[in-house]
Amino acid sequence: MTMATLKAIGFRALRSVVTLLLCVTLVFVVLRTAGDPVDQLLPAETPPSVLEEYRIAWGLDRPLYVQYWSFVSRAMTGDFGKSFASNLPVLDVVLETMPRTLLLGFSALLLASLIGLSLGILGAVRRGTGIDRVAMGVAVLGYSMPIFFLGIVLILLFALQLRLLPSSGASSLLHLILPTVTLALPLAGRIARFARTATLEVMGRQFIRTAHAKGAGRLRVLLQHALPNAMVPLLMFYGIEIGLILSGAVVVETIFAWPGLGRLLVSSVSMRDLPLVQGVILTITLVIVLSNLFVDILHALLDPKVSLARTLGGAG
Amino acid sequence: MSSVERSEARAPLFADLPPVIMLCLFWLATIVVVAVFADLFAPAHYTTQDLLARFRPPVFLGGDWDHVLGTDHLGRDILSRIIYALRTSILIAVLGTLIGAIGGTLAGLAAGRLRGPVDLSVMMLTDVQTALPSLFIALTFLAFFGNNIFLFIILVSLEGWERYARLARGQVISEQSADYIKAVEALGAGPGRVVFRHLLPNIAASLVVQATLNFPGTILLETSLSFLGLGIQPPGTSLGLMLGEGRGYLLNAWWIAVLPGIVIFLTTLAMSLFGDWLRDRLDPTVERD
Repeated sequence: MTMATLKAIGFRALRSVVTLLLCVTLVFVVLRTAGDPVDQLLPAETPPSVLEEYRIAWGLDRPLYVQYWSFVSRAMTGDFGKSFASNLPVLDVVLETMPRTLLLGFSALLLASLIGLSLGILGAVRRGTGIDRVAMGVAVLGYSMPIFFLGIVLILLFALQLRLLPSSGASSLLHLILPTVTLALPLAGRIARFARTATLEVMGRQFIRTAHAKGAGRLRVLLQHALPNAMVPLLMFYGIEIGLILSGAVVVETIFAWPGLGRLLVSSVSMRDLPLVQGVILTITLVIVLSNLFVDILHALLDPKVSLARTLGGAG
Repeated sequence: MSSVERSEARAPLFADLPPVIMLCLFWLATIVVVAVFADLFAPAHYTTQDLLARFRPPVFLGGDWDHVLGTDHLGRDILSRIIYALRTSILIAVLGTLIGAIGGTLAGLAAGRLRGPVDLSVMMLTDVQTALPSLFIALTFLAFFGNNIFLFIILVSLEGWERYARLARGQVISEQSADYIKAVEALGAGPGRVVFRHLLPNIAASLVVQATLNFPGTILLETSLSFLGLGIQPPGTSLGLMLGEGRGYLLNAWWIAVLPGIVIFLTTLAMSLFGDWLRDRLDPTVERD
């Protein structure tokens, strides 16, 4: 690992910390401009004496910057208070539901990559043919499909008409199938499209022509020369997709009653269970920032020169 | 960059449209006309209930011509509801896209022109936007402030603002030191004139392409939030809200949810295809996702 690589990674890490801090600040600003946090965070029927007690306990009589600091430090330690609905600590509820969202997200990512990369690479290799057009047609249908509509169509077909798969709950692995497919198909469309562009871009470069000229077979050129080089832009693309997968999970989990973070978020927003909303939002932010940092570190290791230029250029 | 010939870009923009793009434009024009003149097209008002005519199937499933696309759980005419819902969804998506495009572009221009702390703040905000997708920002605000239509439109407009900002900022920074800009400045043009008369027109095409590609995302954000019951509230209606309401009746009246779903799907599909075509025609450098 060179000095430049380390520097790029360090810069990225610093930037992630700043971004996280900004997100926490954003939540604090929203919380404070929405009104008195005691009114916001405690149930409406709380007696005034208790409200006053909390106001002092939470230090709301102190200056704003002190309050901000204590908000940040509590957020850092994962202390978001207790949920109105269940009276359980927010952190416990979040930690209990998070694995289910991660399971759903990862299985969708896997399925989408399988479909998307195959379609995309196929399209690139058979560029301009009927196969390419069909592959890209399927891709555009996929990513234009609203997730909630796709979910409903799949429930109609596989749960209500054919009665093959369960449409709600999470009691078995069978329950994972429909939500995974729903979340994966639009993603597969985006991956297919991006993979095609990335592969085509690499295949147009000089070293691929050289490999062909040296007599390497088509498959060998593709697998040994083109694809490894197309991986770097694809990796960056995956970094951007994490946020979109989690957004999609919110809708998918609600449709299929999959008890993960997304469904928790929607129910806590509609019940205005504010401590829970804060906890879930900041957890999701943490997941996205960390996965982006992970992608950036991988990127810096794979492609030090480009990465440093990109980092210092500030393009994000 | 690939070595694709760009000479075709000189041809008139709408010369020899591919049939698919023509179909897309036809669909988009149709829904805009229907949305604008909703009162003329809708057979009934979207809130008119007829409890004796609940769950009527559409004509193609053996229903009658009184309710071409059938009725919902309150006996409301689905065709009329789709037409009015289309009006709401299109209006919000158009306003959201415009506000996002203008706000994002101004932020980017300011960042590129002023640099320093302004630039740093705008860039940090785009980082925040990346770390916290618009759906989550929207949900946070809706949780704390409750729902109202103005807040809702602003939240929808957040979708993709950072892409306009990056585009505008990049353009200002790369062109600022170009000779023609120096010449204009030497002739006494102020910063405002340089930015709006000389730099902005250069990226106008890219901005239009970006807005077209962004539009499906904006529609999806609005319909998703309304679908979740956190966007447009009854008695108002939106295509997403119709799907959300129809979700409970899939077993005996699937058309309540599926028909508005098809309308959303066709609209995002048409706009995506048109956006791709426009980008290939005008500006192959715009980022997509």
